[in-house]
Amino acid sequence: MKRKSNIFTIMKKELARFFGDRRMVASIFLPGILIYLIYTLMGDALMSGFGGDEDTKYYLHAENLPASVEMILEQENSPFIVMEKQAPADAVESKSLDLYVVFPENFEEEILKENKTSYPQVEIYYNSASSTSSNAYAMFVTMLDIYESQLANCFDVNTDPEKTYDLASSEDATGMIFSTMMPMLLLMLMFSGCMAVAPESIAGEKERGTIATLLVTPLRRSELAIGKISALSIIALLSGLCSFLGVFLALPKLMGDGVDGVEINANIYQITDYAWILGVILTTILLFVSVIAVISALASSVKEAAGFVSPLMILVTIVGVSGMFGSNGGELWAYFVPVYNSVQCISGVFSLSYEPIHILITMLVNCTAAGVFAFLLTKLFNSERVMFKK
Amino acid sequence: MDIALQAMGLKKTFTLSAKQRQIEKTTEKKKVAVNGLSFEAYRGEIFGLLGPNGAGKTTALRMISTLIRPDEGDVLVDGASVVKDPDVVRGRIGFLTSELKLEDFFTPDYLYDFFSELHGVDPTVASARKKSLFEKFGIDRFAGVKVANLSTGMKQKASLVISVAHDPDIIIFDEPTNGLDVLTAKVVTDFLLELREEGKTVILSTHIFSLVEKICDRVGIIIDGKMIACDALEAVCDGKTLEDRFFELYLNNENAKGGAML
Repeated sequence: MKRKSNIFTIMKKELARFFGDRRMVASIFLPGILIYLIYTLMGDALMSGFGGDEDTKYYLHAENLPASVEMILEQENSPFIVMEKQAPADAVESKSLDLYVVFPENFEEEILKENKTSYPQVEIYYNSASSTSSNAYAMFVTMLDIYESQLANCFDVNTDPEKTYDLASSEDATGMIFSTMMPMLLLMLMFSGCMAVAPESIAGEKERGTIATLLVTPLRRSELAIGKISALSIIALLSGLCSFLGVFLALPKLMGDGVDGVEINANIYQITDYAWILGVILTTILLFVSVIAVISALASSVKEAAGFVSPLMILVTIVGVSGMFGSNGGELWAYFVPVYNSVQCISGVFSLSYEPIHILITMLVNCTAAGVFAFLLTKLFNSERVMFKK
Repeated sequence: MDIALQAMGLKKTFTLSAKQRQIEKTTEKKKVAVNGLSFEAYRGEIFGLLGPNGAGKTTALRMISTLIRPDEGDVLVDGASVVKDPDVVRGRIGFLTSELKLEDFFTPDYLYDFFSELHGVDPTVASARKKSLFEKFGIDRFAGVKVANLSTGMKQKASLVISVAHDPDIIIFDEPTNGLDVLTAKVVTDFLLELREEGKTVILSTHIFSLVEKICDRVGIIIDGKMIACDALEAVCDGKTLEDRFFELYLNNENAKGGAML
């Protein structure tokens, strides 16, 4: 009689263990929800921080204020209010005044002189600890730069308000943002998802002595290894997908108005793009789970396993960060290096410049590497020195 | 007599860590836990393995149950070798020892079904056997309670029942009554006698003389990893109580060791 495989029995038990525990189930969904909330809040905060409120007024006091500058400051849409009588620099220090500006005497005459040997110096005192003072400083410097360039104007750049000079489409801008941020974020989230489940299931069972109970049954060690890796991958995949969704929905909010005003729109991707991403995520998770499972089998406790896995987390983060510097130009070798290939693929899909063959190679390489680690795990389950180490 | 289990020249050596050497007060880096152990257990008998702590009983049982491999020798379980066919052996034996724990998160009910499935027991057969065993041991009252919330006695009962879920022909129990109250211990002893009635072979490791005298047909005495005596209970006792005979053999062995050292 053909012997029934026990892989599914082990998977069922692992999944029952996980889904029977409300705290563990919550740990799948929480990171995604938290990422969405945090990124949305960060996006709002950054927008209000950088953009400033349009109604905000900045108070300044200026010595020797030239008439030409005063005219600019008194324009209707100027955010500056010139205070006539104010105590100077210490008022800025105490944050009751935003700027204290000192123009040299005869500023206008000095700047119009030809064959100057020295240039007049404008001194602007501000308080970097106050966001309004910092904003006022930046705006005042910009205003003076424009004033300076108008004095010796030879040509203008992009001044026609009717025309759009940035030819980037919403698609390009979205691709740029997603392909830069997603590889690192996804890799880190996937790895931490795997880290949350694999050590507990393998080192934990070893530590509690429950794995020995399994080892005296006719269950093959390979079935135990494959069953555990498969079940843990399903759980980690769910966690990874929740985090992915969190990041995916939150990134446009984090970027606010997008890149140089071009809107970030997550709707540019097709179902096939998502399918490729899912394939890459799944095989990467399989690889992560099998690597962490092997490390966990070598550890004698969950704590020890977490300690062993931590340096790997740093390594994965570094590989993820490499995606921020753009793709490697589609060179074939990159798709044969596990994990790095995932970064290249994720980056490629999100920038909408990928070759399906590269993704297929990546998935195959990652699956093969996961298979090698599953084989190693089988060997470790067979080793009494590893399994019964005290 | 029909041989159910045959151990032949079993040997197992462990490497001692610095910490273990300190505990055992020795400078030796290796410890021979089992040294050329041979014995046979016949079908339909209860075979008792008797010996002091550290004599090598548990190591011998772990080799028989395929948890660890012997350095030398072999065990044939119904003709299957623990070295060459460990998977076959695992299907034929039931092993109960304190080293094998049940997952705290699950209930005895779930774990019984899980282990039955791993052993490939038909679900209908498994369900009927579960009902009968749970009733016999009173597990039906706490079948749905997580193992973490069970008392020591309840856990031991659940472990025992799960270890025989696949109705094995050879059952190996390592100190099965340890930590149990007298009532539960009696249920376990009665169960061992029932198994013998059913024609099963039971190998029982213990250091309780009265238990061996009460239920074992044959007995093997292990001291320092070696089988000092192995025969029918009456033959080993030689007209004395088992306790007296054990100490006689033990002292003889110690004296022989002392003489060898001199």
